[in-house]
Amino acid sequence: MRKVYTRPRLLKKVPFHYCPGCGHSIIHRLMTELIDEMHLEDRIIGIPPPGCSVFAYHYFDVDMAESAHGRGAAVATGIKRAFPEAIVFTYQGDGDLAAIGTAETIHAANRGERITAIFINNAVYGMTGGQMAPTTLSQQVTTTTPYGRDTGIEGYPIKMSEIVALVKGAVYIERTAVNSPANIRKTKKAIRKGFQAQIDNLGFSLIEILSPCPTNWRMNPLESWQWIDNEMIKEFPLGVIKDITGKTDAD
Amino acid sequence: MINKKLDRKADIQILDGNHAAALGAKLSRVQVIAAYPITPQSPVTESLSEFVEGGDLHAEYIAVESEHSAMAVCTSASLVGARTFTATSSHGLAYMHEMLHWVAGTRLPVVLACVNRAIGAPWNVQNDQQDSISQRDTGWIQIYARNNQEILDSVIQAYKIAESVYVPVMVCYDGYILSHTEMPVDVPSQGDVDRFLPPYKPHAILDPANPRNYNLVTLANPRVNADGILCHGYMEIRYLLQEALQKSRETIINVGQEFGKLFARSYANMFWEDRLDDAEIVIVAMGSLAMEATVAVDMLREEGHRVGVLSLRVFRPFPKDYLIEALSKARLIVVFDKNISYGSEGATCSEIKSALYGNRINAVIRNFIVGLGGRDVKAREIADAVRKSLPSLEEGGPNIEYPEWICHM
Ligand SMILES: Cc1ncc(C[n+]2csc(CCOP(=O)(O)OP(=O)(O)O)c2C)c(N)n1
Ligand code: SF4
Ligand SMILES: [Mg+2]
Repeated sequence: MRKVYTRPRLLKKVPFHYCPGCGHSIIHRLMTELIDEMHLEDRIIGIPPPGCSVFAYHYFDVDMAESAHGRGAAVATGIKRAFPEAIVFTYQGDGDLAAIGTAETIHAANRGERITAIFINNAVYGMTGGQMAPTTLSQQVTTTTPYGRDTGIEGYPIKMSEIVALVKGAVYIERTAVNSPANIRKTKKAIRKGFQAQIDNLGFSLIEILSPCPTNWRMNPLESWQWIDNEMIKEFPLGVIKDITGKTDAD
Repeated sequence: MINKKLDRKADIQILDGNHAAALGAKLSRVQVIAAYPITPQSPVTESLSEFVEGGDLHAEYIAVESEHSAMAVCTSASLVGARTFTATSSHGLAYMHEMLHWVAGTRLPVVLACVNRAIGAPWNVQNDQQDSISQRDTGWIQIYARNNQEILDSVIQAYKIAESVYVPVMVCYDGYILSHTEMPVDVPSQGDVDRFLPPYKPHAILDPANPRNYNLVTLANPRVNADGILCHGYMEIRYLLQEALQKSRETIINVGQEFGKLFARSYANMFWEDRLDDAEIVIVAMGSLAMEATVAVDMLREEGHRVGVLSLRVFRPFPKDYLIEALSKARLIVVFDKNISYGSEGATCSEIKSALYGNRINAVIRNFIVGLGGRDVKAREIADAVRKSLPSLEEGGPNIEYPEWICHM
């Protein structure tokens, strides 16, 4: 019998602490598969954030160094500059990358740092209990917007990927989602391109992934997949936002 | 003059420490709140946003993108005359560090609730007091609560203190042990709090009708400004901040006394005393640990030891002279610190030592570092540490220079 599907070799054999239906676990799986498929195991260094994925090191069987909140892009810069052979990725939530870490993200991109940011947008600060994040949708109820986000005083859902795309040193930016088998496959392809841009020494790459947080959205996993389709994608359209890598799509 | 007639007697609510803090801010009628969530402070931001969005509190709530910005917003809002509040913990407080200096340097009466949490690396979300202790030199008054009643009462008093002496106040309470533990809290009525705490009258505000400049470039020596007025040099401004903190001790006590008259819970002290009258052994602790120490004293008293607890309520300004009297009979002082000044000792231990200097109190001091990163501190362990220190009472007994750690090392 031919084995067609198996647990990724680089995903440690421990149960996830993530809530049922959480996007982080899907993305961890995709990334560990890719690291294996792209033979990056001996070169890759990950920078996990504070956030629900603070335990990423517990699952990825690769080198990892935790970053303080929002400092991911700067931490990755230090590693990459001192150890250019390494393939360095940050793994950051929307609070981490689009709130407290906005400055370092934009400036790392502007310097064209050869790093890859994996940006998990679940429209809330998940770990701290589902408070409003800059990415929270208009009217979305969170623990700090109990009557829904009022954009008049609380601002608008921020489109970090589009902002970073304006920066010259950013070479590959794509927004995907992990709310359907098709979207999950597209996400894997996008991350592959992000890593490839780094391997080819082209510049900064960022993959934004719309990711369900059933717990803080107060939904079941299925509803949260639907919510991404029905609500989130309207605000955060999927697709390639910037590609100046000069590569043509393999398929 | 305070009208001593109370609105109503008691309104006992079962509150955790975070809700007590949020309610304290609400009752103080704060006008601007800027905060960024962090464990274990997040419920403070959640309840305040609920108060504001639900129309129960007329305030601006600004969900900023970082603690650094939170404190920057509080600073400028205070500068135009608003009563401001924020809350944070650990990394959040550390990230604010620059602005903490800035607020104190501008002499603005901002109040901050610090939910004490360990600081990384490595990551840890549990309790110790390293976060606020690391900010002791920023020019903020620091008050530590032992229970949730003290959290609520201290936030209200903090505004009165801050707005009298123009020094910002940090109200600190232990993460989880208080922040997430419910206990009965007597919640004063809005009317009574209004009687105690009048609206904030700023000493100077930004007002386009009367232009002023703030936080100017200030050289070492006094200088004449563009209007020909001789202005303080940098050192004079620093001297005045130190003076303000020194003098704030009287204000803190007066405010606590006044609070006591109105609400029948007196805070006319810089520290709490438990069975110190005949104590030759004094346990020193701060925050919720002092409650645990009280239980240890029960155990030790049963064994015949004359032990008491001195619980530090105000850490900055440090109440040196007030302490002398309380410690005058002590022969052995056992200081428990939930923080460490690396390369030296626990911060409260250093303070106690310096308070005793030159005061002819001939007590041996032992220091124990406990409870870092949420390590549980049991009354039994406190009692054991005191027992272990007893030989220091004897002639030629050990005098240990460096702190001992209650941990597995
Ligand atoms: C300076 C600082 N402020 C606040 C925090 C608390 N904190 C930890 S993670 C986080 C945000 C989590 O949200 P996000 O980055 O979106 O990740 P998620 O949990 O949703 O995956 C916050 C506010 C911190 N660790 N450090
Ligand atoms: S709270 Fe949300 S982001 Fe965090 S583990 Fe649960 S589902 Fe995932
Ligand atoms: Mg998030």
